[in-house]
Amino acid sequence: MSTGRKVLALHLAVLAALALLQFALPPYHHTNVARIMVLAGYAIGYNVLLGYTGLMSLGHAMFFAAGMYGAGLPVYYFGVGAPAAFGLGVASGTALALLFGLMALRTSGPSFLIVSMMFGQALFLVTLYFNDVTLGDQGFILSGKLAPLELAGARLAFEAPAVKYNLALAIFAGCLLAALALRVSALGRVLIGIRENEERTRLLGYDSFRYKLLALAVSGTLAAAAGAGYALLFSYVGSTFASILFSIYPLLWTLLGGIGTVLGPLLGTALMFYLVDTVSGITSSYLLFVGAALIALVLWFPLGVLGTLRGRWLPWLP
Amino acid sequence: MSAFVLALTALGLSLVFGVMRIVNVAHGEFYMLGAVLAWACAHAVGTPVAGFVAAMLLAPLAVGGLALAADRWVLRRLDYHPESTIVATIGMLYVLQQAVLMLYGPDARPVPPPVYFKVEFPWFGYSGYKLVVAAVSAALLAATWVLIARTRLGLYMRAAQQDLEIAQAYGVPARRVYGFVFAAGAMLAAAAGVLIVPIEQAHYLMGLDPLLLSFIVVIIGGLGSLRGTLVAAFAVGLSDGIVSVFFSPTLAKIVATLLVAAVLVVRPGGLFGEERA
Amino acid sequence: MSQDRSNRGASAAPGFSRRRTLISLGSLAGAGLAGSVLNLPFARAQARPIRIGFQVHRTGIGAVYGRWFERTTAAAVKLINEKGGMAGRPVEIVAEDDGTDPKRGPEVVEKLARQHKVDFVYGTLFSHVVIASAPRAGELKIPYFVVSEGYHVASGKMNRYCFQPGITDVRAQVTAVGSWILGKLGKKVTMIFPDYAFGYDHRDYFSQAAEKHGGKVLEKLAIPPAERSFTKYFARVPADTEVLYHVMVGPGVLTFVKEMGEHFGKKRPQIFGFIDSLEGVDMASAGLEYLEGTYFWEAFPRYLQGNEPAYVREFRQRVGVNDAGASLADPKDVSTFSHMFGCWETLHVIKQAVEKSGYKDPTAGDYRKLIESLEAEKGFAEGLAHPQGAKRFDGRLHQCYGHQNISRVEGRKLKVVHRTSIEDGLYPPEGDYTKQPL
Repeated sequence: MSTGRKVLALHLAVLAALALLQFALPPYHHTNVARIMVLAGYAIGYNVLLGYTGLMSLGHAMFFAAGMYGAGLPVYYFGVGAPAAFGLGVASGTALALLFGLMALRTSGPSFLIVSMMFGQALFLVTLYFNDVTLGDQGFILSGKLAPLELAGARLAFEAPAVKYNLALAIFAGCLLAALALRVSALGRVLIGIRENEERTRLLGYDSFRYKLLALAVSGTLAAAAGAGYALLFSYVGSTFASILFSIYPLLWTLLGGIGTVLGPLLGTALMFYLVDTVSGITSSYLLFVGAALIALVLWFPLGVLGTLRGRWLPWLP
Repeated sequence: MSAFVLALTALGLSLVFGVMRIVNVAHGEFYMLGAVLAWACAHAVGTPVAGFVAAMLLAPLAVGGLALAADRWVLRRLDYHPESTIVATIGMLYVLQQAVLMLYGPDARPVPPPVYFKVEFPWFGYSGYKLVVAAVSAALLAATWVLIARTRLGLYMRAAQQDLEIAQAYGVPARRVYGFVFAAGAMLAAAAGVLIVPIEQAHYLMGLDPLLLSFIVVIIGGLGSLRGTLVAAFAVGLSDGIVSVFFSPTLAKIVATLLVAAVLVVRPGGLFGEERA
Repeated sequence: MSQDRSNRGASAAPGFSRRRTLISLGSLAGAGLAGSVLNLPFARAQARPIRIGFQVHRTGIGAVYGRWFERTTAAAVKLINEKGGMAGRPVEIVAEDDGTDPKRGPEVVEKLARQHKVDFVYGTLFSHVVIASAPRAGELKIPYFVVSEGYHVASGKMNRYCFQPGITDVRAQVTAVGSWILGKLGKKVTMIFPDYAFGYDHRDYFSQAAEKHGGKVLEKLAIPPAERSFTKYFARVPADTEVLYHVMVGPGVLTFVKEMGEHFGKKRPQIFGFIDSLEGVDMASAGLEYLEGTYFWEAFPRYLQGNEPAYVREFRQRVGVNDAGASLADPKDVSTFSHMFGCWETLHVIKQAVEKSGYKDPTAGDYRKLIESLEAEKGFAEGLAHPQGAKRFDGRLHQCYGHQNISRVEGRKLKVVHRTSIEDGLYPPEGDYTKQPL
């Protein structure tokens, strides 16, 4: 089997496994996995920027929040249906990413990181400032406002566990396949080139600014898709999801799973979710473990789980 | 946050960034530790004056020691790689916050000021302790200045800042200088924490705001420029009060944050900093 | 306990219990253990405790409140179990930290309901966590009792599974004290409140009250979250302000009061605050001298006034606070007295609802009985189960309404000067949960 087909087979197998998993999971883990898949979409988006392009952002929550508010506000105020709301959420994320990129990509390295943090913080404050509309930190809920999804004649209520799970899976699959397609395309190779040596890539005739802007747009779009999905599936929109802590999470998940690997973000998100879930049953300071995990990861496993696997045994893993 | 305390905190951040080229996200937690240790000193020692003096001496030492350990066991092993150190310092931020939460608890605890008198103006009053803060901060800022400008260590630091490889070729012990700088940055933050705690209370989540403000100051002042940092600290510290008179406070923060980002995009060298290659 | 058992026996369908007994007898007839077997189904049902999931703020911004919520909950459960539990069954608390985080909140509800298989979820305080968690509780169809004082359950925007039966919501609190403030302290008011939802409830409903009573709100100062220095905001208080209305929460409150004193000095307007500003803070702290002679809303007087009935003294002793409302073990550890009683009262409401409705197991049918029985409730009498005072309960809004206190700071203590009637706080309802399907 050629490497390309092996890669495709692996990722389709992961998606198929997730689709089958819903029949085996006990109810508690059923919803957890649905949450994990949506959040993993966010981490995949983050990884497009950090892992493929080498740009570290500390403000990615702004894209997640753009998706969340972009989808949530139309539902809350105008009763817009779920598909249109999802589309609006994703479009808000893309637009914000392009706007942000046009300014922020003039910087790089730590400066880019600080600029992204400042923009993220500004958007967080905007959600508070316009509290007449956004209801600020308290946020608002969508249950009761969101009409069931009409699909091929069937009415799918968002409360139904199977609907939640499969929509989460669809969002995740979209993000995963988009990331995979980008990674194996010629475009993806240019991005990797920028990550490894931007100067040389530029000398080869590539306009690195345009490529970085494109990566940022893809990254922001995927993050926004996750944000919109989270709002619609879990019925809540609030400014916490725009805060700095929520920008740090995808960094952590990506690092844990493996920077620059396509499946790493899913693995990292799932591992971290269950680490917090288990630890919080033992001690209340679960953030202590988040912190310790971050330090341990950069010290001993800078490549993350899948990055280490790839380095040792699976060189073909994208 | 008074301009003097902000200047101390931001100077610590600027020093670390300037010499070591790393962004220390845990800087605000060193400030928080200073405040919490000040409470511990005030609690252990009988009189407010003795507690204040003890805290001014012990808290920066303890925090400096901790920073030295963090440098030795974490940052040095990461070879001061910019992105890795950011992740590691985010980790430190959570570890320190949660450790303080477990040992010290969630309360905001007050510390009595060492002096208690009020300067009364006809239209408003002013706490006398704030004059103490200004005096002590000014002394610490001056001491830092002397250290950098007049001592051999300061020479090493400036050399490492300008070009690490050449400095090393001339025999500058770069690793020890780095360790010292990281500790010194943390000690400045801790001293600022000790100074602020009779005005604000010690609380385990108090580190985030000074961190963001220090970032703003360091950026406006020019990354790595100590003089720029000082000018910017006073500019921000004083304008903060003026701006919020005209704007809604939250709107003022939004505008300030975006302006800072714009400064970094348009003038990476900062408004007051000299352009660097 | 025996009382409960006979009551329940009487209300249960006789045919059901006889058949069950016959099956038990038949299946084990040969064992010669008929006597003990007869009691077995009963004994087993009795042995299963009522498990209540406690969503608690152990970390994050709500941790000070969370600690006292845990202590009060433990004291209430101890009392309930001493007196025979709920319908004769012991009560068990399963607590889980949510980090005062709206992301973690619904995950904790999920974990309590699905993994720990609790009968009810209870205890959430901060509004954003309540609002983020409520949809999931509704989807899981598990009764969700919050102790938050936010105006969310009563707004009609949550769902039929959410209740706030142990503490008055902020809208009613503000409405109740509004007329007193405008009547006694002055008509021209400047408000200082945090720039988030809790503050907006104060802003909106006090402004309404001011309009109704011929007052005027001169300036509304919203303070951004995490602000720790306030002098600059006091400069914006108009000079002709007669009453300064303040409510702040979070770690900055002590600074806030101190800087208020430094700014206004002796020429201060009348000052009215919500005790939320100083929950968990010692009134004798350095810098608070300035509050002497100012007024506070209190739900439940922190300092022992001396004229309390015996059940209030028993409540204070059981939750472990001294006459100054601080921990008996550590007088520096001041309680969140105006909020934590809500845990105690909510648990007693759950007890009453379990017993009145005949709730047994976490099934749709039993939940329906419990919810409908609670919705039919008109109120709760004062006593050891409701030490803060009598409550009116609105089954349509799932919200209770109680008396509020206005206290004056005298000699670094809070002395009650006025107690509002329940009617003072009522407002036209904006929803009706009983119309929602179960």
